[in-house]
Amino acid sequence: MVRPSMLLALGALATAVVACAPADNTATSAGPGASSAPTACTKDQLKLRNAGKLTIGTDKPAYEPWFKDDDPSNGQGFESAVAFAVAGELGFDRDEVKWETVKFDTAFAPGEKKFDFDVNQVSITPERAGAVDFSKGYYTVKQAVVALDKGKYAGVTGLAQLADAKIGVQVGTTSLDAVQNVIKPSEQPKVYTEQIDAVNALKNGQVEALVVDLPTAFYVTAAQVEGSKIVGQFSSTGGTPEEFGLVMEKGSALKSCVDKAVEALKSKGELAKIEQQWLGAAAGAPELK
Amino acid sequence: MTTAWVKSERQLDRERLRKTRGRRSASIATASTIVVLVLIVTIATNAPGWPRVQETFFNPQEFMKSLPDIWDGFLLNVKIFLIAEPLILILGLLVALARGLKAPVFFPLRALAVAYVDIFRGVPTILLVYLIGFGLPALRLQGIPSDPVPLGIIALTLSYGAYVAEVFRSGIDSIHPSQVAAARSLGLGHGKTMRFVVLPQAVRRVVPPLLNDFISLQKDTALVATIGAVEALRQAQIHAAKSFNYTPYLVAALLFIMLTVPMARFTDYLSARTQRRRGQ
Repeated sequence: MVRPSMLLALGALATAVVACAPADNTATSAGPGASSAPTACTKDQLKLRNAGKLTIGTDKPAYEPWFKDDDPSNGQGFESAVAFAVAGELGFDRDEVKWETVKFDTAFAPGEKKFDFDVNQVSITPERAGAVDFSKGYYTVKQAVVALDKGKYAGVTGLAQLADAKIGVQVGTTSLDAVQNVIKPSEQPKVYTEQIDAVNALKNGQVEALVVDLPTAFYVTAAQVEGSKIVGQFSSTGGTPEEFGLVMEKGSALKSCVDKAVEALKSKGELAKIEQQWLGAAAGAPELK
Repeated sequence: MTTAWVKSERQLDRERLRKTRGRRSASIATASTIVVLVLIVTIATNAPGWPRVQETFFNPQEFMKSLPDIWDGFLLNVKIFLIAEPLILILGLLVALARGLKAPVFFPLRALAVAYVDIFRGVPTILLVYLIGFGLPALRLQGIPSDPVPLGIIALTLSYGAYVAEVFRSGIDSIHPSQVAAARSLGLGHGKTMRFVVLPQAVRRVVPPLLNDFISLQKDTALVATIGAVEALRQAQIHAAKSFNYTPYLVAALLFIMLTVPMARFTDYLSARTQRRRGQ
């Protein structure tokens, strides 16, 4: 039996749904509509998430050497320094930069973003560029293999020797691609939610080798796992070098300005200086072929 | 001489009225369902953000590309579930029985059972998966597995064992004391009373809530992903991170629904059967 009250409820539900629609309407049209970009990159002409402030997103916890003390706003660590440098190029003072916690997954979620750009060691790939806009690359990244000193794989000199290793990686990283496409281990790699989980798995002996990007590998071996070493570095892609880019909403009006800022930092040698300061140790690991 | 029984005029009227009413309510239900569905679909597809939702969540290329990997991962979910389920049943039943021991000498056992249920039902399952998945191997004892799958099965068994123990206990408690008294008067001991009188009735009574817990378990196999196992959710995550597209999550969701919906219908069927048998 259908009671009249039920029909009423359905009707109310339907009107509620209809009533929702216009709200969505205004919210979404603000995004892509903004792509008619202003060409001038001065502070007051940028289309910002929060008026007068540059909002930058990154994940929490923020790891070294990319950030320091899990506090992106202190300007320490490579990515924090890069972010502030880009902000400076765009004309923002340090106190006009607002940091937001943005989980890796939400950085590419559709709809409105809560950041102007996101800096989180995100590698630029053509596939990903279908969903978000990337700035010009600000760091060329290499992958590294970390193993325990006493482990089976401490003395490895070539990638082929890792074929039977139990390998751990963090989910969502290009390190996983690198393992699957370059090392091609016989056993499926273990994929952890957080980098620290993968590190613990190495400590516990649940995995025999860890694949992370090279700067992270230096931090892992120096600070996180006692008695571990970088076995070597390798390139995850055959041809084009893998680069980290700042993530922006698809069709972001900021892209051209952020690109200009990154280019300017590069040509002034500023970027190299920051890299030398925070990632200087990351040079000089043996190449694995 | 007997005449064949015929329905009275009034009964025929009653049946006719019931039939027309039934037909009317069925057609109203159909019509309103169609109207609501059409409304929902038109509103959703005409929303300004729809192309974007379609591109991000219902992308056919992404769907086909991620399906084989997620399917492989999903088989691991099914495997974990199939191994964990019998273990949980055994553990739950043992704990429930331990809680039912009344003799003073069994006090430690009873106390242990209570503590187990309190602790493992009180800890979020994901936390337990973490603690066991990373904690046990850190002990570096001989014979403790380091692979995430057995560790995950241990964690799920411990967590769900506590729930299932309570379900069994409620079933045992629901058996009328006269049943036990009758069994004891026939000369059956505690063990035999349980085995032949109480448990057969109790278990039958708690099958629907048990299946309910198992539907929940089927989904919670995805928690094993957090300790490194590459199951359906993790495969979906990997694909989503590669392409920055959410369709793989939808694939994983569909697979889980394919597993849980038949189970839910089976539970419904069992409840309906019990109702019927009670003559209601």
